[in-house]
Amino acid sequence: MTPDKRVTIDEIVGEIRDGMTIGIGGWGSRRKPMAIVRALLRSPVRDLTLVAYGGPEIGLLCKAGKVRKVVYSFVSLDSIALEPHFRAARQAGAVDTTELDEGMFLLGLQAAAWRVPFLPTRAGLGSDILRLGADIRTVRSPYDDGEELVAMPALPLDVALVHMNRGDRGGTGQYLGIDPYFDDLFCLAAERRFMSVERIVETEDLLRSGPVQSVGINRLMVDGVVETPGGAHFTSCAPDYERDEAFQREYAATAKSGEAWDAFRAKYLDVSEADYQKAVRP
Amino acid sequence: MSTRSGPPTRAEVCAVACAEAWRGDGEILANPIGTIPMIAGRLAKATFEPLLVMTDGEAVLVENIVPVGVDDAPKVVSGWNPYRKMFDIVFNGPRHIMMGATQIDRFGNQNIAFIGTADRPTTQLIGFRGAPGNTINNHTSYWISSHSPKVFVERVDVVSGIGYDRAAELGPVAARFHRIPRVVSNLGVFDFETPEHTMRLASVHPGVTVEQVVAATGFALVIPDSVPTTRLPTDDELRLIREEIDPLGLGEREVPS
Repeated sequence: MTPDKRVTIDEIVGEIRDGMTIGIGGWGSRRKPMAIVRALLRSPVRDLTLVAYGGPEIGLLCKAGKVRKVVYSFVSLDSIALEPHFRAARQAGAVDTTELDEGMFLLGLQAAAWRVPFLPTRAGLGSDILRLGADIRTVRSPYDDGEELVAMPALPLDVALVHMNRGDRGGTGQYLGIDPYFDDLFCLAAERRFMSVERIVETEDLLRSGPVQSVGINRLMVDGVVETPGGAHFTSCAPDYERDEAFQREYAATAKSGEAWDAFRAKYLDVSEADYQKAVRP
Repeated sequence: MSTRSGPPTRAEVCAVACAEAWRGDGEILANPIGTIPMIAGRLAKATFEPLLVMTDGEAVLVENIVPVGVDDAPKVVSGWNPYRKMFDIVFNGPRHIMMGATQIDRFGNQNIAFIGTADRPTTQLIGFRGAPGNTINNHTSYWISSHSPKVFVERVDVVSGIGYDRAAELGPVAARFHRIPRVVSNLGVFDFETPEHTMRLASVHPGVTVEQVVAATGFALVIPDSVPTTRLPTDDELRLIREEIDPLGLGEREVPS
């Protein structure tokens, strides 16, 4: 039978406590669980460690003072190369970081997902990632080659947050865009896993939307699912919707003045998700 | 869009100089990042390196020559290449990427992470991105659209992509896949074909003097006795760039004439 794992956004946020390590799926400004992020912004939670192929969720949470540390290989809005609020937080010395290569990041999630302490890789050798105090060590091959490799440590997560195009009430998730990103690994690396979806459908209807290969998240990977239409806005959630470039430009411009940020916050962030959706989709 | 005419522009010379980075590569993934490198990769594939495998810049491999910046152009898709599969290619090896650099030094160490210190950078950039993995696993060339002493520096603030000195420290086994075939800027072409693998001026673009390059470089380049001029695009290459690969003229915006 299909269990019923439907939850509310508030119930998800209620499970996130100060100091937790939160993994966020998607990539750059693509298929980010923004409705949950917006709820986090309205919550009192703080001192989070964020683990992500970073996009605007990083900048927003940093700007709102929710973040102690960011574990990342990039933070970008894609069509706007650099995330302005993340930059401002870094340049103010407001958040710590663990600097990683993209491939090392993948292996850290994979190691946590497979419950091993590290995975070996050549990526990172010779670079300053190994000199920046993240305590990333090397390991010597026990075989005849004796090669020294980076021992990328597991990146275990307290909570994973992902957003998918479709899902069912049991926590099965389906992506309909071109790239699954690493959402399944974020879920497998986490203790508690929450997924927002554009639409919850009956299980038997999932394959009407896409081939079985598009069902990238099975219900073993998910503890709670919530339907949030427009829940990835303003990041892309193709084919349901593309990135809202005009809104993203408006967001990026809020880094230029406190007044702009205050106005943006009052209009879009200090409001309910329903009012946000009304404001951005007139 | 009107067909451009007239003599080759600096942008077109740069595109051809970048395309030359992939000459001889055969059946590998050519992975250009940025406008001029994308024009260049597609030019190389359309002319002297037809076996190159390329993406559409997103998540599929395409066999036809897709115009740069034209999102709805028809694509002959030959593969699915989401980010996870891209890492398979990175770790597996058959890939030659051309990236940018906010800073690059005489050994080819590249910085795209931040300027200043890690705890409080004066300028936060994009992050290490894939640079460490690219440079230790694949051939990595660089494109720098605005050559200046702020980019070509004595020492980079932080090493994202590793250069020849770091590779030498790792030893011949660990660094056996490391190679920086060339660096192309808006002023010239550079390589590391010197005894200590320090950066050498390989050619100056037409209209650029050696003195200009030296003045715009923050470290001592190796300058050969005789510095050739970067070759001009052929008529066929010019036609391909102007009519098929970059009909919107995006390269001209990156390197204004």
